[in-house]
Amino acid sequence: MTGNGWRQAGAMATLSPMRTLTWILVALAASVPASACSQTPDLPRTASGRPDMNGLWQALGNAHWDIEPHAARPALAMQPGPVVPVPAAEVVALGAVGSVPSGYGVVVGGEIPYLPDALELRDENRAHWIERDPEIKCYLPGVPRATYMPFPFQIVQSDTKLFIAYEYASAMREVYLEDPGPPQVDSWMGQSVGRWEGDTFVVEVSGFNGQAWFDRAGNHHGPGLRVTERYTMTGPDHIMYEAEIDDRETFARPWTIRMPLYRNIDPNARLGQFKCVEFVEELMYGHLRKNPIR
Amino acid sequence: MDTCARTRFGRQSGDARCGRPGGDAGALTRAGRLAAMAIVLGASSWGPAREAVAQERDATAADWVIPRTPAGHPDLQGNWSNATVTPIQRPEGQDPVMTWERVAEIEGRVRAAVEAGYADSDPNRAAPPVGGQFTGDPRFDAASGGTGGYNRFFIDAGELVAVFNGEPRTSLVVDPPNGRVPELSDEGRERFMERRRLRGRFGAFDNPENRPLGERCIMSFGSNAGPPMLPNYFYNNNYTIVQTPDHVLIMTEMVHDVRIIRLGEPKRLPGHIRPWMGDSWGRWEGDTLVVETTNLHPNQTLQGIPPSEEMKVTERFTRAGEHTLNYEFTVEDPLMFTRPWSGQVPFNRLDGLVYEYACHEGNYAMENVLRGARAEERRSRN
Repeated sequence: MTGNGWRQAGAMATLSPMRTLTWILVALAASVPASACSQTPDLPRTASGRPDMNGLWQALGNAHWDIEPHAARPALAMQPGPVVPVPAAEVVALGAVGSVPSGYGVVVGGEIPYLPDALELRDENRAHWIERDPEIKCYLPGVPRATYMPFPFQIVQSDTKLFIAYEYASAMREVYLEDPGPPQVDSWMGQSVGRWEGDTFVVEVSGFNGQAWFDRAGNHHGPGLRVTERYTMTGPDHIMYEAEIDDRETFARPWTIRMPLYRNIDPNARLGQFKCVEFVEELMYGHLRKNPIR
Repeated sequence: MDTCARTRFGRQSGDARCGRPGGDAGALTRAGRLAAMAIVLGASSWGPAREAVAQERDATAADWVIPRTPAGHPDLQGNWSNATVTPIQRPEGQDPVMTWERVAEIEGRVRAAVEAGYADSDPNRAAPPVGGQFTGDPRFDAASGGTGGYNRFFIDAGELVAVFNGEPRTSLVVDPPNGRVPELSDEGRERFMERRRLRGRFGAFDNPENRPLGERCIMSFGSNAGPPMLPNYFYNNNYTIVQTPDHVLIMTEMVHDVRIIRLGEPKRLPGHIRPWMGDSWGRWEGDTLVVETTNLHPNQTLQGIPPSEEMKVTERFTRAGEHTLNYEFTVEDPLMFTRPWSGQVPFNRLDGLVYEYACHEGNYAMENVLRGARAEERRSRN
């Protein structure tokens, strides 16, 4: 077990420094199976010795706008202007608040390897972002999009269960530590099954309904998506997050996104409530009021 | 009642019937099967049936000890259901505790109705009449106006009498002693009437905000998420609990709501921040988890009553057996009620998974309900 070395090392604290160091090295070496990743020191650990990821986490950066490298642009929805394209009528009132900040991308290798038809659909999605992006309607974000939405999420982890609660839309998923078998229903968040590989928590996600997107830039996938997430704590307050994306109907080959996740170290930090369903009722049902206000 | 994703995902809760062919054998929950078994055992070899049922209701072995987390706290984790046929408030003239003969009668009747509901439909039956065919059971009629929206397949209203500490109960409310939610105070009545007056200014279908929270996919109906967490007598009365040394997470299946309860000295939210399920803080008192919640959202309802800014709900969770979690609650709202009131609800171990409850994403009903009302108006104008 990966935690034994760490706990044994702690018990050696009364020995002389040199002997302690020797014991630590011996204990660490003995505890790590040849095939596992090497154990990361200085991590908080659960009772059974797993890295303890309990807490609030959030991605920084602009992956939620567009996971591919992109320059800043005036808005997500544009229309032709007399000289250059300008923000579309629906978003022009937002001014700079509606503008897209640049991002250097989280896709390893830079570009998503779309199949030709899928690339066409992505471009079409982008042109029709305001009608098509599930986020606008407060729909569940799917995986991996939930991870890098501009909201925190909370991992609640015991030795027998692991649950991830996202602030956005009260999205959530239990990561089953015992494989319940093939998903019984398609869903927005998929079915997640997790296991530890050394100090890395690996989650296989499948059973998607194919309606979620990757970002606000129209990047999409189909229901055959399989995501393999890897959560590796690199220190008490950082997780390196990696997700391999595999969907042969949409992409020419599997591809990977990678980004650090940061712990909110404010001791008073708590997950907020962003139940946006009621916030989008005017958008979705306003035209069906007895007396529409638009 | 909307159709939401529920129509599509129907009995999505981790019920034995879901996703398994030939599900009739699994039609009883584990607790139900065990209870049935216990009755048989009791009749044949265990002396008085009543005692056997009382002891074996949750099939907890005599040498059962409370399972504990590495931190030493009772382990509350897992999937639970509070579905029951015992009503929240006690019907007039009943004793607080019913006889085991009565339990057998009620549960037998419910099981017979469930089995009858699963019988194949007659393929040669005639079309329902124009305007719908009412069954007389509001659970089927309310959702569809008798046009056949829900049948037994879709509902999972509970098949067991609530047995708490070995007593089969006639109500979930236990205090006041009459098992009824107490009278509103003058202020409470005024606030209740104020809400009614506001609602009366609109037709029921004028605006999305005039529809109930459950139909809007904002909150579970029937105070499922609470607090207090009560059964809705319809479906999806399921919960998942995950526990760490300093947090307890409770997920309510319906509308996928998560309450993350921090343990320790409360640092309350400012009064104007009132989340839908309030602000919950917990602590261990011996082997009981005690959770206190304030700042409940003003548009929540508790048996039709809006919480005031002073409502406090205290919940107590105690493992009572291998398959049972005792849930007790007290509602204190001096502005709304003439006295505090309390209830006791058994949560039974759910033997299965809890699936995604994506309500809003498939809420065609909201659009169609409003669109239907506009069409009616057009028709009556012409």
